[in-house]
Amino acid sequence: MMVAPIELEIGEAIGAPVERKEDHKLLVGQAQWVDNMRVPGMAYMAVVRSPYAHARITRVDVAPALAHADVVAAYSAADLQEEWAGSLPCAWLPTEDTKAPPHLPLAADKARYVGDGVAVVVASSRAAAEDAAELVEVEYEPLPAIVDPEAALAEGAPLVHDELGTNRCYTWRLDAGEVDALFDEAEVIVRGRFRQNRLIPTAIEPRAVLVQPLPANGEFTMWSTTQVPHIARVTLSGVLGIPEAKLRVIAPDVGGGFGSKLNVYAEEALALGLARRLGRAIKWTEGRSEGYLATIHGRDQWQEIELAANADGKISAVRARVVAAMGAYLQLVTPGIPLLGAWLYAGAYDVQGYSFECTGVFTHTTPTDAYRGAGRPEATYAIERAVDALAAKLGKDPVEVRRLNFIREFPNAIAAGLTIDSGDYDAGLDLALGTAGYKELRTEQAERRAKGDPKRLGIGLSTYVEMCGLAPSKILGAIRYSAGGWDTATIRCLPTGTVQVLTGVSPHGQGHETTWSQIAADLLGYDVDEIEVLHGDTAVVPLGMDTYGSRSLAVGGVALYFAAERIVAKARLIAAHKLGVEPSQVDYVRGRFTGPEDSIALKDIALAAWTAHDLPDGVEPGLEASFVYDPPNFSWPSGAHLAVVEVDTETGNVEVLRYIAVDDVGTVVNPLIVDGQIHGGIAQGIAQALFEEAVYDDDGNLLTGNMVSYLVPSAPDLPSYELDRTETPSPTNPLGVKGVGETGAIASPAAVINAVCDALAADGVTDIQMPATPERVWRALEEAKR
Amino acid sequence: MRRVSLSVNGDQHELELEPRELLVYVLRERLGLTGATVGCDTSSCGSCTVLLDGESVKSCTVLGVQADGHRITTIEGLAENGALHPLQESFRTHHALQCGYCTPGMVMAAVSLLAENPRPSEAEIRHALEGNLCRCTGYQNIVRAIEAVA
Amino acid sequence: MIPAPFDYEVAESVEHAVELLGGREDAKLLAGGHSLLPVLRLRFARPALLVDIGRIEALSYVRDAGDRIAIGALTRHHDVVGAALLQEHCPLVPYAAGLIGDPQVRHRGTIGGSLAHGDPAGDLPAVLLALDGEVDVVGPEGTRTIAAAELFRGPFETALGPQEVMTEVRVPKLTGDHGWSYLKFRRRSMDWATVGVVAVVKGNGSIEEAAVGLVSMGATPLRARATEQALLAGESDPAALADDGTDPPSDTNGSAEYRRHLVRVLVRRALEEARPG
Repeated sequence: MMVAPIELEIGEAIGAPVERKEDHKLLVGQAQWVDNMRVPGMAYMAVVRSPYAHARITRVDVAPALAHADVVAAYSAADLQEEWAGSLPCAWLPTEDTKAPPHLPLAADKARYVGDGVAVVVASSRAAAEDAAELVEVEYEPLPAIVDPEAALAEGAPLVHDELGTNRCYTWRLDAGEVDALFDEAEVIVRGRFRQNRLIPTAIEPRAVLVQPLPANGEFTMWSTTQVPHIARVTLSGVLGIPEAKLRVIAPDVGGGFGSKLNVYAEEALALGLARRLGRAIKWTEGRSEGYLATIHGRDQWQEIELAANADGKISAVRARVVAAMGAYLQLVTPGIPLLGAWLYAGAYDVQGYSFECTGVFTHTTPTDAYRGAGRPEATYAIERAVDALAAKLGKDPVEVRRLNFIREFPNAIAAGLTIDSGDYDAGLDLALGTAGYKELRTEQAERRAKGDPKRLGIGLSTYVEMCGLAPSKILGAIRYSAGGWDTATIRCLPTGTVQVLTGVSPHGQGHETTWSQIAADLLGYDVDEIEVLHGDTAVVPLGMDTYGSRSLAVGGVALYFAAERIVAKARLIAAHKLGVEPSQVDYVRGRFTGPEDSIALKDIALAAWTAHDLPDGVEPGLEASFVYDPPNFSWPSGAHLAVVEVDTETGNVEVLRYIAVDDVGTVVNPLIVDGQIHGGIAQGIAQALFEEAVYDDDGNLLTGNMVSYLVPSAPDLPSYELDRTETPSPTNPLGVKGVGETGAIASPAAVINAVCDALAADGVTDIQMPATPERVWRALEEAKR
Repeated sequence: MRRVSLSVNGDQHELELEPRELLVYVLRERLGLTGATVGCDTSSCGSCTVLLDGESVKSCTVLGVQADGHRITTIEGLAENGALHPLQESFRTHHALQCGYCTPGMVMAAVSLLAENPRPSEAEIRHALEGNLCRCTGYQNIVRAIEAVA
Repeated sequence: MIPAPFDYEVAESVEHAVELLGGREDAKLLAGGHSLLPVLRLRFARPALLVDIGRIEALSYVRDAGDRIAIGALTRHHDVVGAALLQEHCPLVPYAAGLIGDPQVRHRGTIGGSLAHGDPAGDLPAVLLALDGEVDVVGPEGTRTIAAAELFRGPFETALGPQEVMTEVRVPKLTGDHGWSYLKFRRRSMDWATVGVVAVVKGNGSIEEAAVGLVSMGATPLRARATEQALLAGESDPAALADDGTDPPSDTNGSAEYRRHLVRVLVRRALEEARPG
């Protein structure tokens, strides 16, 4: 029967710094990582990978590997051709004419990046699999490679996929307002050209997969280090031709993702295919250096941005053009990643004209895909660097130019075509400047300059807004994404006083079990410890869209709210029946229904619903409810970040002295977890700005192919972060939540590089490419001297 | 194969090992102690950190045969009688872990630090963690968690 | 990644190690393993036999040897850092040892292993070179002493023969007239030096002795001879000559050109820091 929704009150658990329920097992070494798992008959898989970025594969001979005593099987691409019912999935082809070349789990004719799999070996031990992989003989005919996405567009560049006749994958445009006219009228135009360095996400847990087949039933259970067990099930059933209902995907404890595990990989398909063919369990665990080749990378874009403004610095229009590397193949959402920033190149600023164009390009490199922020750090970087350039051109303080342009009316229909839900950008900026002691910092900066200190002080701002909480299904459909943006929650009030919460968003470090418990506890009047949150297993939670794009709370968490409403609505009918009154006479406050005379606890109703001895007519036994929530809008976190850096003009070394972050992520459910997310995001953003870059040589060899040469910063390399927040609840959902997983990574690269350039402005430096390595800083200074 | 005698968390183990078996795999795959994890192949990340005779080592860069006759402590051996070690407790109260993959190594590195330097400054704590990479926390809460115990 | 298979023997003594090394074509010494095992894991090397000298406890010591301090080759970096005799007489060595890798590496890695590895990006080779230290090695022919200036032959190549085992490292005692500095410029705390500079200067008012050792500026650790001579000659900007005779590598941490610039800055700073008194 239909029950009318009611509005639940937010109580004490939401907003409290509840210690995480996840932590105990992680702290005592009882986590369930995929690599821990062993099942009977398990064999180990190793992948033979191309050492060439571009080569014709002329011969693959697995016989020497098969001769190894511990080897179970070894296959070339040709041997496995019949296993595949389809290509590895790409779920986002942004234009009708987007080129999506075939992508099978092993490369047959040509290798297209260093690390492209060409053969596979199965052995009885991990070591034997590695030994035997070396025995496979592969002959290559090396061909010229192309690694820069702009160069790949040039006439005569080596083609990644010959049959396409071009390396251009797609061009996507968004135009709004009289952009050309606004530029014609502009009193000031500033232009920036920026490089988004290619990054390697580097979740500390390498990828792993274990597939256990049940041949008699045609069933498969796959444990995978994935952010997306549900998407993996849908898509892999297609790749393998396994009925979706026969495939169970489990993401147990997953050791970080940052986008790299928001994917469906060749090794998952291979493990499934080999488990089917051999009828035994197959396990694969990636080596770190292997992963740096075989797991997706992020960013790798060239950006051009132009601002049209008047002489005061009021911006009227923004034009942006992006050339984005896809890498050698399209992974799950490769082409769409740069487009997640498509609406944000005007940032937090009120403009009338907006134009954005992105061209995706194939290169002989590891495929790119989502990395924390995905499209939005890039957009934020471009606009925040350009606003600083505008301020510099006008001789104004960057604070002043920002204030002149801030969006102040909410909800706000921005020129780019979407609607920002809520915000207060001045409030965030005020707090950041106050915490930093902005005036005093400017004074210290001037003093250092005056006395000729070779260590300059720089102050950099990033006043960002981003869109997350992916996403309204209608909008996803309109931009040609293949799936919806909804998510699910189920609440099951057990008869003995505890609750199971099932969520379709599968966490990998974000603390969903704690946050979801807080929400359910508050709404239903239970203790946080009485809630058990289940996730990440398609047999337990069959429906879900998983965790990425800061969507979990803003979509899955809101689904939980609405499921709780359904629980309360149904329980109210039973409560009224028990109390002998009309449902309208019963008040509900946090776990208790109160009638005119008596009251009854929700827990007691859970028992009554289970015994079902005395339920009102038409009410089903049991107290369980589900909700599938499709958000009406994206959510729009914002904030002001401020970096203070010291730049050694002699060595080029940059040190971040202070980092201040004021974020507005809407309602905060757990401040410990929210702060932790922001810390981690800032660290990754500082890493993009100063440390990390995946560097290829001209032949397509990855020069930063392990953790020694790819510089993930450690504790002494990073500062402490000073956090504060403002809170403008999102009006689009009843919890008022927005999303926090990516804000730090979105805001911080611009803040840091703005600070570095600010430090060196008086030396004539206007830009430094990320990462601002000591050498790049030194070269910029040398260049400015000329 | 070589006969090796290991004391792990107080339990004595007699094992036949291939010389190339890394200590971390001996712990994880032979003894079922999966707390120490493998995050790299270059001795960089420190996820596999355990104590060898009371001092932190990266168990991916020690052969099982090298550990013959030595005393190993892993994260599983840190809690006593079910009570978390003060560092484990502090990591929880300070939200010093997110995905938790680096956490056992991080905690063991901190145990080793405090054994050598019971009152480290913030800078000393950060320096002592230079061989342990965490991708989730940005380190701040890890440093605070250790400061709170020191 | 797991190393390719190898055999393994435990050496009970230095002589035993020498004998074991002689028994196999492709045998390698294993001490702390922190230079060797990462290379084996990536399968960049595949020796047939590892001779583990890590259990020869007699090679772990720090003792007074008259005008020098003698350090057993198997003394771990961690113990070098904490050695009171070194702190008193040659604090440069424990300071530099404390900047190697990370605590876990310092708990396992040994001074002899670091020197015998011959990594031009290593910290201790340049320190030994600047100190004019020396090492003892034992081989089938007995013991010989190799001066630091003779020890380093090329990248990862030393004067040690295939059957020789390093047993002792000796460094001079510095006096109150000595000043020293070690500047290790690196991208991350755990990294090898992009450029490292060791300076040891003796003098009371005027400079009597000067030694400048360079890390990551060529195929081996180097001395900045031109700088040293300019210092002794009292020239105005000795650091400007720091890259004379160097052949720095270009890699993702810096080009050769940048390293040449950087070494001049660092040598200037190191000399300021090392100025005695």
